[in-house]
Amino acid sequence: MLEIRDLHVAYGGIQAVKGISIDVPTGRIVTLIGANGAGKTSTLRAISGLCKNRKGSISWNGKDLTGSDPVAIVKAGIVMSPEGRRIFPHLTVLENLQLGAYSRSDKDGIASDMTWVFDLFPRLSERRAQKGGTLSGGEQQMLAVGRALMSKPALVMLDEPSLGLAPLLVREVFDIIREINDKGMTVLLVEQNAHAALKIAHKAYVLETGRVTLSGTGEELIADERVRAAYLGG
Amino acid sequence: MNLATFIQNILNSLTLGSLYALVAIGYTMVYGILRLINFAHSEIFMLGAYFVFWGITLVHLPWPVAMVLAILVTASLGVLVDQVAYRPLRDAPRISALISSIGVSFFLQNVAIVFFQAIPREVYRPQWLEDPILFHGVRVLPLTLFVPLLSLVLMLLLIYIVYRTKTGLGMRAISKDIETSYLMGVPVNRVIAITFGIGSALAAASGIMWALRYPQLQPIMGTIPGFKAFIAAVFGGIGSIQGAVIGGLTLGFIEIMTVAFFPDLAGYRDAFAFVLLILVLMVKPTGLLGERPEDKV
Ligand SMILES: Nc1ncnc2c1ncn2[C@@H]1O[C@H](COP(=O)(O)OP(=O)(O)O)[C@@H](O)[C@H]1O
Ligand SMILES: [Mg+2]
Repeated sequence: MLEIRDLHVAYGGIQAVKGISIDVPTGRIVTLIGANGAGKTSTLRAISGLCKNRKGSISWNGKDLTGSDPVAIVKAGIVMSPEGRRIFPHLTVLENLQLGAYSRSDKDGIASDMTWVFDLFPRLSERRAQKGGTLSGGEQQMLAVGRALMSKPALVMLDEPSLGLAPLLVREVFDIIREINDKGMTVLLVEQNAHAALKIAHKAYVLETGRVTLSGTGEELIADERVRAAYLGG
Repeated sequence: MNLATFIQNILNSLTLGSLYALVAIGYTMVYGILRLINFAHSEIFMLGAYFVFWGITLVHLPWPVAMVLAILVTASLGVLVDQVAYRPLRDAPRISALISSIGVSFFLQNVAIVFFQAIPREVYRPQWLEDPILFHGVRVLPLTLFVPLLSLVLMLLLIYIVYRTKTGLGMRAISKDIETSYLMGVPVNRVIAITFGIGSALAAASGIMWALRYPQLQPIMGTIPGFKAFIAAVFGGIGSIQGAVIGGLTLGFIEIMTVAFFPDLAGYRDAFAFVLLILVLMVKPTGLLGERPEDKV
């Protein structure tokens, strides 16, 4: 269970996140939706320890992570697949995945997770010796997700995994998210594709200019008039 | 020029070239990871040579032991320089670390002048490196075999570390995208420290072997070789290890061969290196193997 209380994130003088509180229960899919600039990415970056300028509290299974650095947070079982994929274009697919397992030293566990990721993404398996930069956009997204999974996380945070993908691939990404969740991993999903995200989410939050303005189950928010008007195209 | 002289000139070129290459690797690795030109690197080169000298004269260590210890001490010093002078500036504008490195360079040079004194010191050289050996009728200076071979071993070791170990994978990741490396759990500061350690060890090895070839120690002895090695790194494409090796060897060959074939132009040999550098940079600003710098989003 991840509990965020009164989180603030600032860039210089700009307040990007202005006191949000979010719960991510173990085993669930939780989604943050909201317009561009609402503070979704900043929230994930604060959780993963990248934003040093954060206030409030981040607690993970009772442990305080507020001051931890990114490496400690990965070791604690929280990993983020960043916005824009950010795969390493000059490293091979295999090396990208190995990098995802950097914080681990259990050789056998890494090998079996590698097999699992290749089962999940057969196209990555075919291209394992290829440089990351030569993959198509969809494949790069698969690689970004697979790389995050290689850290054997308890909580995976995905920042706009469907961004820029063709509709068929978007569906594939959401299927994969379900599959990951079925395997027992908790998912915190940030999406512009509000409809698809709300459909698979157990719980959802709407962010507007750095504040949570609505929350509820995925179904509740899909049915909510305000959400329909603002994020689901009426 | 007869064949024997030609062969000796080739070996001289390889010797000088690998000495430049070893130093250039340190410049290029640090630049690749931090986008920092570490001006203190030439002082690391100088200190490596001095540490061997003191190891032999003060502590009476056998030469090979003094050499290994000097490399280790210099590597630790390189790590210390990073921790003290660059790490606190990691989030500052790049120019700050650059200025800091110029400061460290002056500092180390002056510390060397104070503690080691500016008088040139004679370096101990094992006799077996001096006595020419006959190889199929060609007289060869053993030093000019020893230096390229030891350099080759060190470079192979480096390539193994960079391309076959986890730390090396971390280095290659950081050089492209520090933030995502953090996200993947790479202990970035530790990997950077190791990079400084490796670069400094190679510079120390180069400084030590330089002192075997030009057996005089001076606190300013790192300046010119350091500058040339930096040029070699830029010429090969800064950020690329292979480029640093090619750049170093090219510079070595140009210097030695200019003097060998055109003795009258000996005085201009440095100029040739710089002219070549300018030409390459005009045609290919990123150097031979350099990548176009990417803007990080
Ligand atoms: N590195 C940054 N420097 C300054 N302002 C930033 C930075 N990153 C984001 N912001 C600002 O913070 C706000 C929230 O951005 P972000 O968290 O990326 O929102 P979202 O992911 O919901 O689109 C925006 O107003 C954005 O302009
Ligand atoms: Mg965003």
